[in-house]
Amino acid sequence: MKEFALIFRLKDLADFQPSPEQMQERMNWLAGIAAQNKLVDKGNTLLPIAGSAKTVKADDVVTDGPYTEIKEFISGYIVVKAETIDEAVAMAKGNPIFKVGGNIEVREVLKRD
Amino acid sequence: MTAVLCRHFGLRHMETAEDIAGDTFLKASEHWAIHGVPDNPTAWLYTVAKNKAKDHIKHLSVVETQVRNQSGAERIRYEEAFEYHEQGIADSQLAMIFAVCNPANANKSQICLALQILCGFSVEEIANAFLTNAETIKKRLQRARSNLRNDNFQIGLLSEAAIVSRLPTVLKTLYLVFNEGYFSKTGDQLVRKELCSEAIRLGLVLTENPLTNTPQVNALMALMCYQSSRLEARTGAGGETVRFDEQDRERWDKALIQRGHQYLINATTGNEISAYHLEAGIAYWHTVASDVNKWPHILQLYNQLILIEYSPIVALNRTFAFAQVYGRENAIGEAEKLCLTGNSHYHTLLGYLYSETDTGKAIAHYEQAIHATRSKRERQVLADLKMRCAAGPE
Repeated sequence: MKEFALIFRLKDLADFQPSPEQMQERMNWLAGIAAQNKLVDKGNTLLPIAGSAKTVKADDVVTDGPYTEIKEFISGYIVVKAETIDEAVAMAKGNPIFKVGGNIEVREVLKRD
Repeated sequence: MTAVLCRHFGLRHMETAEDIAGDTFLKASEHWAIHGVPDNPTAWLYTVAKNKAKDHIKHLSVVETQVRNQSGAERIRYEEAFEYHEQGIADSQLAMIFAVCNPANANKSQICLALQILCGFSVEEIANAFLTNAETIKKRLQRARSNLRNDNFQIGLLSEAAIVSRLPTVLKTLYLVFNEGYFSKTGDQLVRKELCSEAIRLGLVLTENPLTNTPQVNALMALMCYQSSRLEARTGAGGETVRFDEQDRERWDKALIQRGHQYLINATTGNEISAYHLEAGIAYWHTVASDVNKWPHILQLYNQLILIEYSPIVALNRTFAFAQVYGRENAIGEAEKLCLTGNSHYHTLLGYLYSETDTGKAIAHYEQAIHATRSKRERQVLADLKMRCAAGPE
């Protein structure tokens, strides 16, 4: 089994606060992965809002938020286990994020230890 | 009684303590048969035990004096220590619970040991509960005891830190004892009820001490009360299992449900949400007759539970709840993803999910479930389900 990080991206800050229905759908999806015993880490949410997000660049340049240049922002991540990346992709496909124009990046985790 | 005696003898002399307790009850059965039951049976028993213990120590002392001359002080200390007042009994039981529930032992051994030492079950009774022979249980108990001794665990005053670190194991053991009763393979109703009520009794000991009366303990008590409320209703006149949705709700024990509510309220002090909280929450919703939000709530609780810790049975129950909310057809995909092909409950669930839309597949799954289970009673229930399925929609 390999491990894959699923990285969630959203386009619109307004989508960051999901409705109760969206929350429930997301929870169903996450628990569905856990029910297959394939959830390695339920991950975390990364706050994109002012005061919680800064980007640090060369020459002591610090900007607010992650979204001055990129149109999308990362909203969170989880780690799953799967035999192949295709299986991880299939898991990602069930996430309700696509309904609000978000996307998911699937990346194999290479452990450093 | 063994617990009280053990506290003074030390765990190393557990057998001695048990022998004395055993002798005491033997004497009681002889004496009471002739003279009638005394006004205060507990006091009577403890007085006899106390005297027997003293005799034993005197005997030991004599032996020891001959070997080395230092037993006088010991004897005085022992005699002072023998106090069978109620608080003493409760504290001894609590200390004993913490000594017995030791992670040095595997789950099954912990249950056996708890049943023998804390609940006073005989080897035969334990063997009956586990559907195995006395020899196996004897060996298991011997191993468990020697593990305890090797671990050099002390029964005595428990520090707060020790209680905090050991409490999860204690709760797990009570949970296992309860489940052994509630989901036991044995058909013997008496044994099953006794296991459940013993787990609750030990839980009560925990709630009566401020150090161990934690939200988690209360959550576990709530869970056990809710579940126990259905013990009567789920057994039919012929001893057969009555499925949840076919149970006569009038036979649910309302008093136990009320107790469950109280414990659940006590469990919500603080911010902690343990697996016991979630399971108690699910059990609470099962006591509610019908409510539009019932199954969505249960599903959400199962969602949280499976995120805390994976277990096949939680995964399956969660999928059942999913089917109640989103329909059986939509749940088939969720169920098949679980891939628990050797598990009889997995096939039972799929049989249920397919039964409305694809009778052939439903029957095939019920057959696989019958093949996979080792429980005779479960086979009967499954054969019945398969027959109903083949007979067409109700």
